Amino acid sequence: MYTQALNNLEAVSDIEDAERGAAFQARIDNEEKIEPNDWMPEGYRKTLVRQISQHAHSEIVGMLPEGNWITRAPTLKRKAALLAKVQDEGGHGLYLYSAAETLGASREELNEQLLSGKAKYSSIFNYPTLTWADIGAIGWLVDGAAIMNQIPLCRCSFGPYSRAMIRICKEESFHQRQGYELLLTMCRSSEEQKEMVQDALNRWWWPSLMMFGPSDKDSQHSAQSMAWKIKRFTNDELRQKFVDATVPQAHYLGLTIPDADLKLNEETGHWEYGEIDWSEFARVLKGDGPCNKQRMKARQKAHEDGAWVREAALAYSEKKKSRRGQQAA
Amino acid sequence: MSEKTTPLWEVFIRSRNGMAHRHVGSVHAADAEMALQAARDVYTRRGEGLSIWVVPSAEIVASDPGSKDMMFEPTGTKIYRHPTFYDIPEEVGNM
Repeated sequence: MYTQALNNLEAVSDIEDAERGAAFQARIDNEEKIEPNDWMPEGYRKTLVRQISQHAHSEIVGMLPEGNWITRAPTLKRKAALLAKVQDEGGHGLYLYSAAETLGASREELNEQLLSGKAKYSSIFNYPTLTWADIGAIGWLVDGAAIMNQIPLCRCSFGPYSRAMIRICKEESFHQRQGYELLLTMCRSSEEQKEMVQDALNRWWWPSLMMFGPSDKDSQHSAQSMAWKIKRFTNDELRQKFVDATVPQAHYLGLTIPDADLKLNEETGHWEYGEIDWSEFARVLKGDGPCNKQRMKARQKAHEDGAWVREAALAYSEKKKSRRGQQAA
Repeated sequence: MSEKTTPLWEVFIRSRNGMAHRHVGSVHAADAEMALQAARDVYTRRGEGLSIWVVPSAEIVASDPGSKDMMFEPTGTKIYRHPTFYDIPEEVGNM
């Protein structure tokens, strides 16, 4: 009897879920925003928690390759700009964690997933920043690719994610412009500096294209995310937009894109690019990039070193509360 | 994960004089003072605000979106609460 009753309950809730699911999809199709306390399918919630938290982790880990150069910036102006940019990345990470937490994930849980290596972050941050030109290349290419990805996310169906993305996009434009201006200054300074910029482009170009994720035919999450209007464009569509925008910018700097197959298709107006080395992408994502271990170690150390600060702050807050309690009594 | 968790605070910012405080997001902080400082650092890096409120998230009571109809639908039929419900002859002029 008991099992049967349970089965009945499940059947009823399945029908209910199907009805609610249809109503939910109708809201999405109608371009309504979904808010945290609204009913949503578990898959939608899980997809968003995964995507938003990975996005947040990427911002936080992304502070490391650039932070590496703050003390060595060539002028005070560049140093102030880089410092502001790295602060922004930290802020962006926090906006995004805050959005993920509205879905019921706790900050501690999300942080733990990053530190244990369970959660992924953007593969691009596992490459090293070898010269000052890399700082310009990151602003121009990495932030440029991020902007391409993020602008459509401003219209994402989940309200808190969409609002966080609007703030982030407003702030991100400065990141790309300071990077490009930095490179332009170097390219106009001396042959030697221009070579340094070319070398940076050679190393960052392909990893930047990989930032858009696997090719559409291999992307496992795309179709459902498009139906839920979390994603608005496919990986390959966004990658093409990025290439089309960036190639003329490279030519303006007098640089060569490191792709022998790159050519303008006069008919479509699109720049056609060569095959991406997906084995490299898979390798870096799996943890075997040039800096994966270093990045994880830096995050773990920061978390451990900060433990006493978190404990002390909480202890102080408890003490103040209990004193107030005593005075009241 | 055995550590005690740091409380969550909702952040509201007044962007200009004459405007209401508006919800912008949340921060984690051990106490109110640190919550204000964190909110300043996270949400006002470009002069976005003149004033900040922080409120412990646990203290916010929200209506249930599921009972949206029960809460708000009744006013939909009360059209006599709007000025256009009343006919005033044109010659009276603007009112």
